[in-house]
Amino acid sequence: MSELRYVGKGVAREDGIDKVAGTARYTHDLVVPGMLHAALVKSPHASARIVRVATEAAEALPGVRAILTGDSLCYRLGLYMQDKCILAREVVRYQGEAVVAVAADSLDIAREACSQIEVEYEPLDAVLDPRDAMAEGAHLVHPDLADYEHMKGVFFPKEHTNIAHHQKIRKGDFDAAFGHADVQLTASFYNPPVQHVPMETHATIAQVLPGGRAEIWTSSQSPYTVRHLMSDAFDMPHANIRVHVPYVGGGFGGKAGLGLEPLAYVLSRAAGGRPVKVVATREEEFNTLPSRQGLHSTIEIGCTTAGKIEALKSTYVWDAGAYADYGVNIGRAAAYAGAGPYAIDNCWIDSFVVYTNKVFGTAYRGFGHLEVLWGVERAVDMMARKLDMDPVKLRRTNLLKEGDTTITGEPFTSGHGSPVGCLEAAAEAIDWEAPSEAPAEPNKVRGKGIAVLHKAPAMPTYTSCAAVIKLDEDGAADILVSGVDYGQGTYTVLRQIAAEELKIPIERAHVTWECDTAFSPYDWQTVASRFAYMGGNAVIEAAADCLRQIRDVAGKALDADPADIVCENGEVFARERPDKRIPYSRLSLGYTFPNGNSIGGPVIGRGRFIATGLTHLDPETGQGLPAQYWTYGAHAVEVEIDTETGEIEILKIVTAIDAGKILNPKLVVGQVVGGVVQGLGSALSEGFLFDESGRFLNPSLADYKIPTAKDLPRETEQIFLENPQPGGPYGARGVAEHPMISVPSAVGNALYDALGIEFSTLPLSYERILLRILEEKVEKGSPS
Amino acid sequence: MHTVSFRVNSEPQTVSVPAATTLLELLRDRLHLTGTKEGCGVGECGACTVLLDGAPVTACLVLAVEADGHDVRTIEGEATGGELSALQQAFIDAGAIQCGFCTPGMIMSARALLTRSPNPSDEEIIEAIAGNLCRCTGYEAVVAAIRNASRQLTREAPALLADDEQTKAEKASGEP
Repeated sequence: MSELRYVGKGVAREDGIDKVAGTARYTHDLVVPGMLHAALVKSPHASARIVRVATEAAEALPGVRAILTGDSLCYRLGLYMQDKCILAREVVRYQGEAVVAVAADSLDIAREACSQIEVEYEPLDAVLDPRDAMAEGAHLVHPDLADYEHMKGVFFPKEHTNIAHHQKIRKGDFDAAFGHADVQLTASFYNPPVQHVPMETHATIAQVLPGGRAEIWTSSQSPYTVRHLMSDAFDMPHANIRVHVPYVGGGFGGKAGLGLEPLAYVLSRAAGGRPVKVVATREEEFNTLPSRQGLHSTIEIGCTTAGKIEALKSTYVWDAGAYADYGVNIGRAAAYAGAGPYAIDNCWIDSFVVYTNKVFGTAYRGFGHLEVLWGVERAVDMMARKLDMDPVKLRRTNLLKEGDTTITGEPFTSGHGSPVGCLEAAAEAIDWEAPSEAPAEPNKVRGKGIAVLHKAPAMPTYTSCAAVIKLDEDGAADILVSGVDYGQGTYTVLRQIAAEELKIPIERAHVTWECDTAFSPYDWQTVASRFAYMGGNAVIEAAADCLRQIRDVAGKALDADPADIVCENGEVFARERPDKRIPYSRLSLGYTFPNGNSIGGPVIGRGRFIATGLTHLDPETGQGLPAQYWTYGAHAVEVEIDTETGEIEILKIVTAIDAGKILNPKLVVGQVVGGVVQGLGSALSEGFLFDESGRFLNPSLADYKIPTAKDLPRETEQIFLENPQPGGPYGARGVAEHPMISVPSAVGNALYDALGIEFSTLPLSYERILLRILEEKVEKGSPS
Repeated sequence: MHTVSFRVNSEPQTVSVPAATTLLELLRDRLHLTGTKEGCGVGECGACTVLLDGAPVTACLVLAVEADGHDVRTIEGEATGGELSALQQAFIDAGAIQCGFCTPGMIMSARALLTRSPNPSDEEIIEAIAGNLCRCTGYEAVVAAIRNASRQLTREAPALLADDEQTKAEKASGEP
């Protein structure tokens, strides 16, 4: 391949200008003429029967245009599991669930109306812990589970239980191998539910239009999935629904699938077709909209004295909350990745996605992998201590290498990249062999920890996307896609690829900002670190299609074989006559000969991509091919703890990822730093708190702490391996979610190194650290 | 209703608002200056940061009537004549932007800092943006952007600083 001009270069993001100028328009900022504003009445109970809703006083308020309750809305919606109504019907299943919605001339009126609506509830039994919810005779969150539509052959809800899905992985003979193992370990871990906290909360405007049509503007990762699920729910042809996605203020998985769109749509319908804007308050973002599921893990590992893991068994019990539309797929994906990136011949995993009466879960950056690897990577460290072996050596011994197979039977090849390379790079950068320097202050201790990670896109076997490139009058390229760039930078990368492939200056390639299902070509949804990979391939094909059209016309214009036409820097020439050049601008709409005759026509290139070779997993053994590609990595961290206060500081965190090919070094560093700091949020401070009745106690940014600038690690380092991915654009793999995965595991391992204390529960807050330090002191009988 | 007369990005404005209207609502809903964002509405995220007489405030916690007789500067006033400020350009160059929703508030906090302290330490930068939450970038590039902008501004001083309206206002008032 000739030298690359743009791919692999630190091109700045084109959307930067609008974002620093304040001219980037988000759904939050949009006003549609005649627009109404919506507010919600939410359930104060985790589980209750709705006895009566009195709306008369609210209806009498001037400016109130529509009031809806669940009674009138007979829909069950969902992507993988159709278990959720637009508003609660008959019962509420979590505190914070939307019960009544009001559309009014102003937000103030809508809120005032909500305050005048009386809802009478009859409290019911609630089940809050998913382990209790699995017990015989537990309160059923969804007694009608057996009747719910879901993706058949992939998910297996168990009727008359709270189990929305049970994913099994069975490989080899765990019991025999564990029984014979030299060293055995069993340990349990817990991750609390957490929130994505996008800076832009969910926002949607919907307008019902005459003729059975609808127009939607929404802060979403999934324009086509929104359209498809709306079409399915409301029995409308796809073409009758137009979904616009303008700039999106962060997603992280929380804006995948369906969000507020159905609610805004039914409110508009009830308000006679006036557009209705629904914007989640920050409290609703926490307490009404979905979060990341909690997870209880139990992990058993059997190992030889030489450090070969012979057997691994995991039981994952996911706290799905009240709905499991997306949760079922997290339970599935995290199971087939549930033994870590290790070669394990005897593996047994049960992953249960369990309904409880809490706010429900959805996709969140990492899709279950941060959670399962919190347990696996802590357990591997604990095993290293039992073996008296260096944790890096134990990992190196067991990481996947050529010739191994994964726990679902997928052969590991050189095209997968190098998990061992990532581990070693991270270890070297943290100076693993050297113990931490002792801090000057006597109350401070330091330690180092390391953890590996992996993830593949979790998506249907038929996931596809498309790209269209149309050339402008001046030969510049407009790239149309419907994957969404909500900050990750993919549009900049696609622009680089298009300029590279079309042989035009980067300044002349643009991705059209604002997806619109009326003209942006199909993409399933923007999740799973798959857009640069799949969209990149679609853009390469679309560019080739453009060049084919240009060469055909140029061949005629230059009286040459199209195969001999060379494209270079926005111009064409015949190979043998480089002096006679035609700029793209004279070909992009068709070519006109000196006598006026014209040929060709506007150049529009089409590209597409579909996942290939993926299979459903066998329901009993989990064997199959779930992954288009895997991305591997490792984090190494050094921490300092104040043993008097429990304060923890991240001195340095190193991240090594085998990205296949770095498409844009500037953007990928930003993505890794951002992901690492988000992972530190999960590690150190984030977690939902509930009281014994299921009330959510910390649904605000004051009580739920995400990292601020003051929480920056003292030093971060990013290392990229570039073992090319076969089939990836320029050999690239997805890297969006991975920086966050295993950050808590590495920190937990470093805490042991510093303190000699095993932590099994997240977050590793100052309070939790200090309490454990004090507990250990008491146990050891030292004076307090 | 209350009349509020104030200057927004140097332009005089007179509007009539109910007493409970916040400065954020006034800017976004009445004056259509939607560059200022709302991330929480209760003063916890910093997305709505604007400058009130040069000092950063969360516009969701300021009543519109409190702006009466004062100068308000928003992100829309940061670029001049279609030219991005050095600070804005530094955010782009350093890769300090991802989704962009926190960016206007972040830039306003940085603007207030650089006006007050043209050559801040990293600790001062971090302190100045500690109330501006960002979920995407991890802050490292944001700190770098502000540091780079400060270096450029100090290098090109006094010309650029003299052009800075806030600086002029503060010089006039004799306060740093």
